[in-house]
Amino acid sequence: MLTNADFLALDGEPGKFQAKINMRPRYIDADACTACGLCTQYCPRHQSDEYNEGLAQTRPIHIDYAQAVPATYYIDPASCLHLQHDTCQICVPVCQSHAINFKQQPEERILQVGAVILSPGFGKIDSSVLEKFSYGKHPDVVTAFEYERMTTASGPFMGEIKCFSDGRHPKSMAFIQCVGSRDIGCNNGYCSSVCCMYAIKEALVTKEHDPDVDITIYYMDIRTQGKDFDAARERAESIGIKFVRARVAGVTPWDKNLKLTYSTLDGQHKFESHDMVILSVGLESPKDAAGISKITGAELNKYDFCATETFNPLQTSREGVIVAGAFQGPKDIPESVTQSSGAAALAAAVLKSQRGKGVVKKTYPDEQSVTAEDEVRIGVFVCHCGINISSVVDVADVAEYAGGMENVTYHTESLYSCSQDAQEVLKQKIKEHKLNRVVIAACSPRTHEPLFQETLKDAGLNRNLFEMVNIRDHCSWVHANEPEAATAKSRDLVRMGVAKARQIQPLAEQTVPVTPRALIVGGGVAGMTAALTVADQGFPVVLLEKGSQIGGNLQNLNYTLAGDQVAKHLKGLVDRVKKAKDIAVVTNAELIQTAGFVGNFSSVIESGTGKKKTEQTVDHGVIVVATGGHEHRPDKYMLGKSKKVMTQQDFEKQLSGKATNRAPGSIVMIQCAGSRGDDLNYCSKVCCNHALKNILKVKEINPDSQIIVLYRDMRAYGMAEDSYLEARQKGVVFIPYEVDNKPEVFEKSRKLQVKFFDTIMQEEVILAPDLVALSVGIVPEGTDKLSKLLKLPVTANDFFLEAHVKLKPIEMAVEGVYICGLAHGPKPIDETIVQAQAAAAKAAIPLVRGFAKVDPIISNVVQDLCIGCGLCVSLCPYGALEMKKVGKKRKAETIAAACKACGICAAHCPTFAINMGGFTNEQLISQIEAFGDRKKEVEEVA
Amino acid sequence: MGKAMNHREGSVMVLGGGIAGIQAALDLTELGYYVYLVEKSPAVGGVMAQLDKTFPTNDCSL
Repeated sequence: MLTNADFLALDGEPGKFQAKINMRPRYIDADACTACGLCTQYCPRHQSDEYNEGLAQTRPIHIDYAQAVPATYYIDPASCLHLQHDTCQICVPVCQSHAINFKQQPEERILQVGAVILSPGFGKIDSSVLEKFSYGKHPDVVTAFEYERMTTASGPFMGEIKCFSDGRHPKSMAFIQCVGSRDIGCNNGYCSSVCCMYAIKEALVTKEHDPDVDITIYYMDIRTQGKDFDAARERAESIGIKFVRARVAGVTPWDKNLKLTYSTLDGQHKFESHDMVILSVGLESPKDAAGISKITGAELNKYDFCATETFNPLQTSREGVIVAGAFQGPKDIPESVTQSSGAAALAAAVLKSQRGKGVVKKTYPDEQSVTAEDEVRIGVFVCHCGINISSVVDVADVAEYAGGMENVTYHTESLYSCSQDAQEVLKQKIKEHKLNRVVIAACSPRTHEPLFQETLKDAGLNRNLFEMVNIRDHCSWVHANEPEAATAKSRDLVRMGVAKARQIQPLAEQTVPVTPRALIVGGGVAGMTAALTVADQGFPVVLLEKGSQIGGNLQNLNYTLAGDQVAKHLKGLVDRVKKAKDIAVVTNAELIQTAGFVGNFSSVIESGTGKKKTEQTVDHGVIVVATGGHEHRPDKYMLGKSKKVMTQQDFEKQLSGKATNRAPGSIVMIQCAGSRGDDLNYCSKVCCNHALKNILKVKEINPDSQIIVLYRDMRAYGMAEDSYLEARQKGVVFIPYEVDNKPEVFEKSRKLQVKFFDTIMQEEVILAPDLVALSVGIVPEGTDKLSKLLKLPVTANDFFLEAHVKLKPIEMAVEGVYICGLAHGPKPIDETIVQAQAAAAKAAIPLVRGFAKVDPIISNVVQDLCIGCGLCVSLCPYGALEMKKVGKKRKAETIAAACKACGICAAHCPTFAINMGGFTNEQLISQIEAFGDRKKEVEEVA
Repeated sequence: MGKAMNHREGSVMVLGGGIAGIQAALDLTELGYYVYLVEKSPAVGGVMAQLDKTFPTNDCSL
């Protein structure tokens, strides 16, 4: 990790690049800094806190936020008195760890790398664009980024929402959408794709703070096209957040308030007054985009985002240089995370032959044998955590108290037991005092247990001979105002920890070998891309396709909005899959049965047709689900009843044909025909762009064609906004309709007619177009059967449900199973390809590792005690217990690789036959008994 | 000229330590590659670290 570093140059070629980096000095020795914060308290100068969007003050020597990684302070050279004026240096003697070093110099480094991933993020809209909204002129106009810091509980106002002008709590707030995006005035024609979501989120959060506050969101189109995002908008509307379709022209200060001027669709000019205005500012290309482009040779598009192609969305124009995240185009967190995994797969493919060569393999000394017969020698380390614990708890007293306990051979205090030098001390003391159990009384095992366990391993001890006592969260933090009680409780907790430590035994580390093969279900663009990407990492793939040939929905498409010829790319993909020697394609195939767990799946596949049907069994380590979806054909709007009514997909086929009247003179398009609360409860994400693509094709063939689009929100997100603008410039009329007043299509005297309410003219209109094109939605393909087979959860709309919407968009709840494409949710080709590449990266991880690690804290059935009732098997949520015949009796047994150590089985076993590793009944009971000992102590003293 | 580092085969440079860069770095590490995560500011985390909700942890296990 190289922070404070600038990227200067890139030479060489894929597999052998040299990257030149300049490391700017922090002026603080990262190894010595304990992040205690004393220096910031003493630093005499104030400066604006950029992390808090300038809403707070900090000092030149500071850390951005408590959880920052690396947890090292730094000095801002632009404002430090010593670095600017050669004075001060107050911080130097203040620092107890002597970490401050003004002699540090910038350092250039050359990195030898095989591939480069560009993920520099996005830039912010220039404040000059915001001036027309009185930003900078009136304190109660804030950007959404500033507002985010304001609502944050850990932010500068502790989450209190107030007007900057006079500190009052706003009663009426306005969000203005599309500030700095969809705005050719500032040269940002594209849609930033995230502002609608964050505005709704911030509005919902505001309502949580104060349910009475009146919130209005001024918008052009609400673009909540992501998976299940529409639901958030509906929730917002249901709790009274108002949505007004209007472009706000300006904001002017008006008495204590702010006056918004806006015009609505029907041409009326209106005014509204609000206490506070929040600008939903867009995402811009990163500030250093041009520099990065110059250094790497990766070309930019016209908005200075990294230029890529629909069918290769992460590859820049320079080979070996890959892009991910908002630099590729504005996008939200799940899509950035997905792109990153996809980029990792592409980089890994470039370097396949070098895999594992650069990885530093850590070696540990042989583990020292510790048996139940050995004398128990416990070491107790009590941590000050700087002043975090010791300002409340009497650490010396707690350590002294621990020293008096049975089996405690050694006790001490440490300033920061997590620091690097403390690990050395720990190792040394383990050896010196022949410790075979370690108790550390410090902070939470959630963050630091792995670190201490690692140190134990370094010292030759089994990592489970360790017990952590949390006297920070449980004592000094929650009882900050009662130091004596906090100290007493610390003594209790330490006594309990030592009692448990006496009982703990080493646990064996278990690993399960992995079958290095991937099974991919679905041979569409998602499945094919995933197969190729897994094969590119050097692993064999079995690709199942239920139809007679691979290709999927691409076979129904002809061209893309960006102008790609789909057939050419499809042929390229199919050819590569067929030629790849590591990919076995099975057509007319169906997955019949799957058993096993991550690394060791075994599946039965049925393939062939009629009498030639055969079954085969395949062993594999991972599964990628890419079962896709298809066009939804609603029984509405005369579809199937009139030849003049067709879906956009049908229309696309007609447009790419040769018929002379393929682009007729008058066309009506109806959006959301079946989607968004009609037949389907969700937005299908691609239909708006599909309509735009056909519109532009029509205009290419027949420029005089009159096209009317009836829509709810035009969701031409990202760069597609350009096409939306182009369509309007070419005379296409876009008219929004309300969900309670949908357009009607019918036949009258054999003529096809469309009736709708024109919200612009404010009157009902009846037209007799030559053609009606319906933007229908997408439905998933057979998720029901597969979800039962693989025990995968699905959403209310029958799409597969990922493990975590934001941070694990590819993984499923079942380990070793990954999802991509339309089976996950409606999405366009480029997003499908990225997701498939990401799924391949995730799927390759267990295959690369070669074994699956099993945490030793899993359940363990003592077979002598088991009565074979099977209760645990029925209760286990992970299917990690099975009944086995042992002699003549049935006994339960844990499947180590599947167990998640939740403990449900152990808690329910009627004969206490199940123990959890590291949390056995004896250990827990000894802890509870030790707690009871305090009463005895108190009585004895009395 | 800067100081040359030891040649390390099988390594990738990730430019930018926001959520995208961190995720790419983590995946690459797990895929068996050495990663240089290059970040211009003093800490990794990017904009996501400034967000209030949707931001459960800030663990970067590099």
